[in-house]
Amino acid sequence: MTDIAEPLGRAAISLGQWGDLSVRLRRGAEYIAIPLLALAITGVLFSIFLLALGKSPIEFFQLVDRGGFGTAFSVQNTLQRSSPLILTALAVALPARIGLIIIGGEGALVVGGFAAAVVAIPLVTGNVPPLLTLCVMAAAGMLVGAVWIGIVGYLRYARGVNETIASLLMTYIGIAFMNFFVEGSLRDLTNPNKPSTMPIGDAYMVGKIPGTDVHWGLIAGIVLAILLSILLSRTTFGFAVRVAGGNPRAALAQGLPVGKLIVICCAIAGACAGLAGFFEVAAIQGRANASLVAGYGFTGILVSFLARHNPLAIIPVAILFGGIVASGGLIERRMGLPDATVLVLQGLTFVVLLMSETLYGRFKIFQVRGATERT
Amino acid sequence: MPQMTFNRRVFLKTGAAALVATGSAARIARAGNVIIGIVYVGPRDDFGWNQAHAVAAQALKTIPGVTVVEEENVPETDACSKAMESMINLDNANIILGTSFGYFDPFMVDLAKKYAKVELRHAAPLWSASKHPMNLGSYFGYLNQAHYVDGVAAGLSTKSNKLGFVAAKPIASVLSNINSFMLGAKKSNPNASVQVIFTGDWSLPVREAEATNTLVDAGNDVITCHVDSPKVVIETAEKRGVKTCGHNASQAPLAPKGFITGAEYKWVTIYKGYATELAEGKKLPNMVAGGYESDMVQNTPFGAGADEAARKAATVAIADLKNKKPIYVGPLKDNKGKVVIDKTYDNLDPFLDQMNYLLEGVQGSIT
Repeated sequence: MTDIAEPLGRAAISLGQWGDLSVRLRRGAEYIAIPLLALAITGVLFSIFLLALGKSPIEFFQLVDRGGFGTAFSVQNTLQRSSPLILTALAVALPARIGLIIIGGEGALVVGGFAAAVVAIPLVTGNVPPLLTLCVMAAAGMLVGAVWIGIVGYLRYARGVNETIASLLMTYIGIAFMNFFVEGSLRDLTNPNKPSTMPIGDAYMVGKIPGTDVHWGLIAGIVLAILLSILLSRTTFGFAVRVAGGNPRAALAQGLPVGKLIVICCAIAGACAGLAGFFEVAAIQGRANASLVAGYGFTGILVSFLARHNPLAIIPVAILFGGIVASGGLIERRMGLPDATVLVLQGLTFVVLLMSETLYGRFKIFQVRGATERT
Repeated sequence: MPQMTFNRRVFLKTGAAALVATGSAARIARAGNVIIGIVYVGPRDDFGWNQAHAVAAQALKTIPGVTVVEEENVPETDACSKAMESMINLDNANIILGTSFGYFDPFMVDLAKKYAKVELRHAAPLWSASKHPMNLGSYFGYLNQAHYVDGVAAGLSTKSNKLGFVAAKPIASVLSNINSFMLGAKKSNPNASVQVIFTGDWSLPVREAEATNTLVDAGNDVITCHVDSPKVVIETAEKRGVKTCGHNASQAPLAPKGFITGAEYKWVTIYKGYATELAEGKKLPNMVAGGYESDMVQNTPFGAGADEAARKAATVAIADLKNKKPIYVGPLKDNKGKVVIDKTYDNLDPFLDQMNYLLEGVQGSIT
């Protein structure tokens, strides 16, 4: 072994800087290879499931390709469905970096969207210019969402309340709260069939990115993902967050304001989800009603975990999920499968992914003792 | 052994080829066909609203030259927009049938404006020539006629003279069913009365079960309903040992002992009409509606709960309705004492579509 290792080691050292990069790449590759392996295993398991049902897995994946990414229409459909997922996934990713598992994105989305719709009522009736109205609505959505999840963070730090349960229960409270007002005092009485708030009107809706059928929420999501990535990796705040996430006691011992960090991270997360709610109201529905509760918050959890809570990785993963959901309809129609099939695929992905967490650090190929460890 | 390897290779090759072939078959566009896309708000086997449409879709599939693509569990959000657009773009559908009330505005209206060459039809009387594009339209059935027949049979099946009705929302089409049911019951049994409980939404299984139990506890021994899926109501009533009348689709298998008859839609009449007209290249009508006189509604075949007298009376009522005999013979008061129906109205008269009251004989309130 030593005869081979020696010259290799010397060659590695002599490569100098280039050696460093290749070592870092190999270590980093683990974080891409294992999720990809998890996806591949999911694909195999799901194919077995399909074969047991008597359906062709090849046809399934062909339809996912066609319905999600194959035609111009499909691509736009996919991007449309990915937009809320990017934002709700960010709402899970940021608290996860500080060590909190927050699954309340759905609630923050609903109350954020509701706040945006409510704030719009006096502005629309007062004929305030659309751009200003939309800015105010977005701000309202983000603020309410931030407060919503901020409460969860505060409860966690000040009282030790489990943030996962708290955020989930807050979701139910948020939905009930919205329903109470939408069906009651804030109901638009000109629409007897479905309780909603007043529609904001076509003139005030967020438009589509020129040349496409996708609204601006997608760009907002991508921009926020990039900003949060920079925040986490390049600022002192981000560094403090990662330290606190790794070891809260050590961070406290160092004098980091862990409590403030937790609440701020939760507030930013809630603001992202609230912004998703704003786009649901201002770009899709035009009003707040029970349709806001569409499960984007929960799918966002899955997206964030698959992306290992890395804001940049969330973008491609959200697009992948958007593609799977977008092709769900086509699969249902062509293969005669029930619509729950896509849920089975998502669930399987999540379970296999969680199980793959045990694989980190086990593969020798990623353990490189290279140029960075000079004796 | 070479023999086995050879066979395995051949098997794998042909297997793979078969899989690929089935895959590519899915992408072949069938030229010249009528392609119908149907979107359901719930599951196809819900023993209710969606099943009624699915049953008609099944009948459509047997017509040569007609392809049907269906998607179920599509909520009344922009998901339905996306589902319909997917059918138009990826399946080349010529006509889209949206079966749920909330699909129409703004989703189907906007889609009709965007895809001017595709016909869209919606299962509720919301289309209006002055407001909506011409490639959009409405269709529905006057189910209240079938509820009238239910009432005639129920009036002769009750011992307590009290009939219970579990209703979803107090909108015109639901109120019309309740009132028609009561009028039918009173026709065969002048002492009968109807008690109604509103659950608040189209599909709330827990509340529907609670309402059914409440009605049975209050002495009602025949239960019927207007909810999306009557499965829960019928099963709960059957467990309590009372008789039942169905709604939307056939729930007869769910109540082997107590089922009388049920008010069912006969969507296949309308759907076959659309398919034929499309195949012949004719312009589709924008508004299609009717009851027994156009064969657009039907009653479930009688169950074990219907005795000889009930069956006879119901059959006579059906024949009368096919001859357009009016249900609403005025003057009629509402259950607060005010005269709301001043004269006799033809069964398809639009005046009856504005119903926002419960007639005298129905115990319950709208608000």
